[in-house]
Amino acid sequence: MQYYVLIPLLPLSAFVLNILFGKKITNIFGESFKIGAHWISLLGVASAFVLSIIAVKDVMDGHVVNADLYTWITSGNLRVSIGFLIDQLTAVMLVVVTSVSLLVHVYSIGYMHGDKGYYRFFSFLSLFTFSMLMLVMANNFLQLYFGWEMVGLCSYFLIGFWYEKKSAASAAKKAFVVNRFGDFGFSLGVMLVFLTFGTLHYADVFQGLPGIIGQKITVLGFRTDLVTVIALLLTCGAIGKSAQLPLHAWLPDAMEGPTPVSALIHAATMVTAGVFMIARTAPIFNASRTAMVCVMLIGGCTAFFAATIALVQNDIKRVIAYSTISQLGYMFMACGAGAYAFGIFHLYTHAFFKALLFLCAGSVMHAMQGELNIQKMGGLKKYMPVTYWTMLLASLSISGVPGLSGFFSKDEILLKTLASGLPFSGVVWVLGMLTAFLTAFYSFRVIFLTFHGKFRGHGELTHHLHESPPSMAFPLMVLAVGAVAAGFVGIPHSLGGHDAFARFLEPVVGEARSEGSVAQQWVVMGLSILASTAGIAGAAYVYLKKTDLPQMVAESFHHLHSLLYNKYYVDELYDLVVVRLFYRISRGPINRIVDGRIIEGVVNGVPSLIAWSAARLRRVQTGVVLHYSLVMAGGLFAMVVYVLARLWKVI
Amino acid sequence: MRFDYPILSILIFLPVVSGILLIFVSRRFERAIKWFALTAATLTFLFSLPLFMNFDKGTSRMQFIERHAWIDDWGTSYFLGVDGISILMVLLSTLTGILCVSISWYSVKDKVKEFYIALLLVEGFMIGVFCSLDLFLFYIFWEAMLIPMYLIVGVWGGPNRIYAAIKFFIYTLVGSVLMLVGLIVLHHVADTFDLLKLMNTQLPYNLQLILFWAFFAAFAVKVPMFPVHTWLPDAHTEAPTAGSVLLAAILIKMGAYGFLRFSLPLFPQASVAMAPVMLVLSVIAIVYGGLICLAQSDLKRLIAYSSVSHMGFVTLGIFAMNGYGVQGGLLQMINHGVVTGGLFLSIGIVYERTHTRQIADYGGLASVMPIFAAFFMVFTLASIGLPGTNGFVGEFLVILGGFSRNRLSGVLAATGIIIGAIYMLWLYQRVFFTSVNERIAGLKDVSLREGLTLLPLLILVIWIGVYPDFFLSFMGTSVNSLLARLHQGPLDQSNVMNGVISGAGAFVK
Amino acid sequence: MVPLNWYIWLSAILFCTGMFGFITRRNLIIMLLSVEIMFNGVNVSLAAFSHYLQDAAGQVLVFIVIAVAAAEAAIGLALVILLFRHHETIMIDEINEMKG
Repeated sequence: MQYYVLIPLLPLSAFVLNILFGKKITNIFGESFKIGAHWISLLGVASAFVLSIIAVKDVMDGHVVNADLYTWITSGNLRVSIGFLIDQLTAVMLVVVTSVSLLVHVYSIGYMHGDKGYYRFFSFLSLFTFSMLMLVMANNFLQLYFGWEMVGLCSYFLIGFWYEKKSAASAAKKAFVVNRFGDFGFSLGVMLVFLTFGTLHYADVFQGLPGIIGQKITVLGFRTDLVTVIALLLTCGAIGKSAQLPLHAWLPDAMEGPTPVSALIHAATMVTAGVFMIARTAPIFNASRTAMVCVMLIGGCTAFFAATIALVQNDIKRVIAYSTISQLGYMFMACGAGAYAFGIFHLYTHAFFKALLFLCAGSVMHAMQGELNIQKMGGLKKYMPVTYWTMLLASLSISGVPGLSGFFSKDEILLKTLASGLPFSGVVWVLGMLTAFLTAFYSFRVIFLTFHGKFRGHGELTHHLHESPPSMAFPLMVLAVGAVAAGFVGIPHSLGGHDAFARFLEPVVGEARSEGSVAQQWVVMGLSILASTAGIAGAAYVYLKKTDLPQMVAESFHHLHSLLYNKYYVDELYDLVVVRLFYRISRGPINRIVDGRIIEGVVNGVPSLIAWSAARLRRVQTGVVLHYSLVMAGGLFAMVVYVLARLWKVI
Repeated sequence: MRFDYPILSILIFLPVVSGILLIFVSRRFERAIKWFALTAATLTFLFSLPLFMNFDKGTSRMQFIERHAWIDDWGTSYFLGVDGISILMVLLSTLTGILCVSISWYSVKDKVKEFYIALLLVEGFMIGVFCSLDLFLFYIFWEAMLIPMYLIVGVWGGPNRIYAAIKFFIYTLVGSVLMLVGLIVLHHVADTFDLLKLMNTQLPYNLQLILFWAFFAAFAVKVPMFPVHTWLPDAHTEAPTAGSVLLAAILIKMGAYGFLRFSLPLFPQASVAMAPVMLVLSVIAIVYGGLICLAQSDLKRLIAYSSVSHMGFVTLGIFAMNGYGVQGGLLQMINHGVVTGGLFLSIGIVYERTHTRQIADYGGLASVMPIFAAFFMVFTLASIGLPGTNGFVGEFLVILGGFSRNRLSGVLAATGIIIGAIYMLWLYQRVFFTSVNERIAGLKDVSLREGLTLLPLLILVIWIGVYPDFFLSFMGTSVNSLLARLHQGPLDQSNVMNGVISGAGAFVK
Repeated sequence: MVPLNWYIWLSAILFCTGMFGFITRRNLIIMLLSVEIMFNGVNVSLAAFSHYLQDAAGQVLVFIVIAVAAAEAAIGLALVILLFRHHETIMIDEINEMKG
């Protein structure tokens, strides 16, 4: 029974139904109680979730599916089909995507209540779920690319959901365009894969891989390793989608979208597509040391870079956004170090606690009437206990407090990076450790500023402060369970577990390069526990005890603070170098000079030349009949002379 | 495949004769004229459907052939037929005919009768261009189409229509005249205008070069390729909606079609030798056409320049000269017709309401006309080549073709994807997002007629995007035989410049 | 029997007279008359050659020329009358509307 076809199809049909009839359904059931739209989407996603669970069970029983549905594009040797590959990796992603998506759907019922685009919101959520499922279930590169772009599109729609706000519209466009820069590399990578292997199916590509190792290719005059070029081109795409340096700039802006969107798309699922893609194409990366080191370095640098920015931001969603970038950096580190399974493990745990963090932030915003500045919050603990406790659990988990899910995955990543033995792995490991400390610090900075101390906002707001409705609180609690317990599937050997998660994924992504010595295991674990406790303790000291300290530090390190506060001025740099440059070139040299002057000059110049010469030639036409008759007579005379001359010769 | 009735002639002459019949109808019966035109266009479309159903995808030979003696002394005959390269263009033409009649229903207010006459004539002649297998006949349709088109732009166009119409006419005519000279030379050498006979004539390389450039002049202007593109923004901008749609959807395809139907098969060695030049021009068109869009403040002008960029993809694919490229180029021709046609129709719909084409006059349209915004969004996405829409399949194949022929050309063409996303989304943002501009407040959303006009194109966008194989299968065999012809025989490896010079010498003699 | 040369001379004299008149006079009617004389000069030579070569084609041509000349005179005079109504003169040096 090919039930798996239904997994993406159900959300798709929910989308189609909702976008076509959502508004009508809403009207049938009345304005106040918008029952129609979300039921359709919910039903679609919930059944997809159930089917995903069945798929996982099947995979665990050893039934890996790799089947084509229909041929999508045929042209010469190119034969691309829409098909499904359901193996261990896909199974994990299926669970993550459908479960988080389902919870976000439920949460949105309360959160989006009363919005005029209610049905539109749910239809896009469903479309997103469909696209993401197509992405993870693809069995070839082009379908992956299809899902890849489609999720980008949904992200565009949902970031710009409140399109009347200029900032939202701009952020949506920015997200799409920045991603396109990554996709540029990705699409070239896909083409190079095809031209190298003659196929785009994963299985065939990986099979042909040993044959091309060591082959060279000329790029811009340099002869380089073919596999490395392919891997790096694919990485380009991953960097864009997963918001890694230097294409990270879109993700913080994406927070303009409704918060459930941030939770689902810009934290738990879509942004992890880059990591998923690298894990999916693990054999290619494994064949190129250079590419692996690049991925690892990008991950390490991004993790640290984003964490430093998160330290000083005041917008609660932006802090979490930078934290997402930072955590994605960890996943890249893991993949670069060859520990794909642990990258995916972190992806999986991160999905729960990060979605939870965002939904809690949404809950806080809901209570604060849209206020995002954590400096204007404080003391919310007593008004919204559920939000507080769940967010606390999520923060503990992301900080890597032992026993919670974030601890297991992050610890393993740091260990495997150190043990990988790749060049620069030491540096990256240090960056990772520092990031672990910073993560704990900024996560608890948010907790303390938001929920502890005194309320610093408008006095009248206190009347509105309330816990969110059950439809919002329920997903928080479910996710909290995930944030705590999701990691238990991957307890490492050193703690008496079986590394079950990594073992499960091994058939797809292979083993990590090195388990690391026992000493390394304990040192890394100790250090990371130390880093997280130090971070939490530091935050507690600074934001609970010495509350005037942050202000002082900010003033004494004025330049550093403003550098971080302005996100290293990356946006300004891009604006100057890329955006302005494009418009300048377009307006000046191209539009005005080449098109306006040169080409149009020639085009309009030819008629002017004709007109000019005509103006001169017309003088011949005097209008005096005498002149004409003289010319005629002269002509006649000339003809006679010519004829006579010819005759003379003949005679 | 033969039919017991001359289906291609019916397709050509049904609109033409209807147009001529309309001349005898009094201009007072405006409604009747419109309905008559709509009926004629719809009938033409219905007649083209059997073509679709009965087309044999397994052969590269011409199908539905009709041949009648015409002017025997000149070696020219009335010779029609379609193959995988032209059939989809014929279908696109018949479909576009209906949409053009429908979109002009209320927007054309004066000289209604003459407008529909011109429209029907253009449609018939365009179909004729795509069906002719005799070069003389082809040339006649090619030029005949120009006259009603010139009138459509010049009579029913915007404020600057006269300039635009004359520019369009002269640009095209200059190119066509060179092609005419080429035709005469070709006839002088081969003593026939019959395409199939000509394809079996091996021309000397130098002559091929000359003729290639002579035909290039006509086709490049129509496409339009990079340095000869400036008539397009003016003509598109000033033309009435139906005119823009015809221009975008069909007329500029005739150039690319000309390359495929005549230049490549008749002058194979010259085409192969000149392909690098064509690739360079195509890549320039893609990047240049995309960049210049960023500077436009006029809706139609922006779309017009985007056409330059998209047609760059088409010529890139054609001159990549491999299966992916040519098939992608052909598909991209259809795609561009569908998408840009849809965009121009959409712009026509709002223009009818606001009478402004300035982007700055819009803003927040999505709140005012949500259904329209959805239509426009789909066309925008197709235009930027989002997977799942038709634009992706075409662009992907073209870039793949370019990439496998010459890596750099593929890479540069791929930047077109980024630039496309920038200008189209920026356009969309300025027109549809942010707060509602008071100039457009209270506009009515699309009517049923307008919705039905856009719907077929929307369906095509999704259909080709999700199941392109259906359309690709039409062209596969024909493209393969074309390529086989192209790559057969010893290629002249001599220096390109020498070829041009000695070719010119041969011509003078 | 009058020799052919005489006819040719007559024809040449008539033609030159006509041409001289056309160049020197300014009155449009006189100029038209001069053109008629030139026509007749041509006619004489055509008729003479026709007789000399025993070929009827020459006489056919003469008739054509006469017909053309008649038409030309009719249209020419009509135009002259119109010009006179318009300009109240038929002196060509006072009319140069055809100036480019």
